[in-house]
Amino acid sequence: MTEKTLRKGNEALAEGAIRAGARFFAGYPITPQNEVPEYMSAYMADAGGAFVQAESEVAAINMVYGAAATGTRSMTSSSSPGISLKQEGITYLASADLPCLIVNVMRGGPGLGSISGAQGDYFQATRGGGNGDYRVLVLAPNSVEELGNFPKLGFELAEKYRIPCMILADGILGQMMESMSFNFDPVDPNQLGKMQWAVDIEKNGRPKNKVFSYKGDNLIADVVERAKRYGLIEKTEARYEERNTEDCDVLLVAYGLSSRACLEAVNKAQEEGLKVGLFRPITLWPFPSKRLAELAQKTKAILTVEQSLGQLVQDVKLAVNGKTPVYLNAYPAGGQPDGESILTAVRSCLNGGKEGLFDLQAHAADFAYECKRDASLGMQGDCKGGK
Amino acid sequence: MYQGIRIAGFGGQGVVSAGILLAQAGVEDKKNASWLPSYGPEMRGGTANCSVVVTDGEVYTPIVSTPDTVIVMNEPSLPKFEPLIKKGGVLILNSSLINSRPTRTDIQVICVPCNQIAEELGMARIANLVALGAFIKVTGAVSLDSVADAMKKVYKRAKPEMLELNKKALQAGYDFVK
Repeated sequence: MTEKTLRKGNEALAEGAIRAGARFFAGYPITPQNEVPEYMSAYMADAGGAFVQAESEVAAINMVYGAAATGTRSMTSSSSPGISLKQEGITYLASADLPCLIVNVMRGGPGLGSISGAQGDYFQATRGGGNGDYRVLVLAPNSVEELGNFPKLGFELAEKYRIPCMILADGILGQMMESMSFNFDPVDPNQLGKMQWAVDIEKNGRPKNKVFSYKGDNLIADVVERAKRYGLIEKTEARYEERNTEDCDVLLVAYGLSSRACLEAVNKAQEEGLKVGLFRPITLWPFPSKRLAELAQKTKAILTVEQSLGQLVQDVKLAVNGKTPVYLNAYPAGGQPDGESILTAVRSCLNGGKEGLFDLQAHAADFAYECKRDASLGMQGDCKGGK
Repeated sequence: MYQGIRIAGFGGQGVVSAGILLAQAGVEDKKNASWLPSYGPEMRGGTANCSVVVTDGEVYTPIVSTPDTVIVMNEPSLPKFEPLIKKGGVLILNSSLINSRPTRTDIQVICVPCNQIAEELGMARIANLVALGAFIKVTGAVSLDSVADAMKKVYKRAKPEMLELNKKALQAGYDFVK
């Protein structure tokens, strides 16, 4: 194993992508991922690739669409509001069956949100933020080391299944420095061989290779056929990490940075004599439902810890399917979990308390509000009235 | 060993850079380390701070919300960070620029005239390294040698005489704490 060096998350990701053979990058600046395009602008040309600062996020993702059609390892990166803008391009890439890498270094939302790290884009990433029946393979790193090593994994999975792959990180992971090492030797894309489907002229009796996102009359057949690959991905590519899962009373489920705060909670719990384990999905789609369902049968309660207001918990509930109570410990819009606050929620799971547990119905129980129009224009005050 | 540290001061006092140096020193010591700058729109002359973790085991979250040790380099940082320190933790205070004193009695307080010591060495800018030297003496989180090695990597473009001066500042801070 190579020696560990101190690197910033965003820079590890950019370096990891170039090492993984990325030779096309298009992006548009946004905090907290600016070090990614900055690094690409400095080093991509040296690697023989192309860096483009596009005029907008929409332009960048469509440049990736074009570059990916040539079989080049192509990528873009952005942060939450920028990823929203890219959704049209992503659904077109999915429809054209093109592999590519999309990086989302999440920030607080909705809307412009804030620049602090968050996990509010879970639905957008795993449910298809664009239109139509499609999936994006989503990898969720929880360390600078994984940020550096996942681009290679992402490109390989994307090419294997001809599907866009997303790395879903968050602002803190992007901004932090940490000791890390790359677990692979740099990839020379010229040695990989050309993709047989890549756009090309007529050659040696083979007709022209064309790439389309619009499939004409065959849409139903096309969508159903593509779903077979999705099924295969769900069956074979779910990745996860487990800690103390064999004998625990409360099983924490968390991804990304939240999972690291959970580790602190797991260790602190041990000191208190509480049995707490951690299940960390590494792929968010495919979600590692099968293994989580097995673990659910061995534990008293499941506590989802997420930096969003009840997104990951939906996949957890689908996987657990009512076998075990599932609770939510939520830190939305840039809030950050720590071991102690997670432990408070763990204790509530065990003793029937409420502290640290978020429940939308309980949250809104005593809530009442009214919405009236300004009456100064002589209109009736509420929405009932007309002329 | 798990050391969570917050370093705070004015922008330009080198608190963010001292944090990177400390994290790099942890890596030189074959430990795990993380560094995280304070978030938000910061400006020169405004306050800045960073979180550093150095540990033999795994780094949990890089956000240090209850630090084992806090280094405060200016007056406004004291009331902001004193309450966060873990019970029994350490507060290193730059007594050259901070007139107030902490009110807590459940922490160890080390007052170091960082700017004064740095100026005696010929450069006020290296007050951050004086503080770091004191930190190393009190906590033993990293070794002096590892910080010296880390300097070569973090301050790649620094002249040799500047690195020497940095080392002197580090040593002076280390020696100040009895």
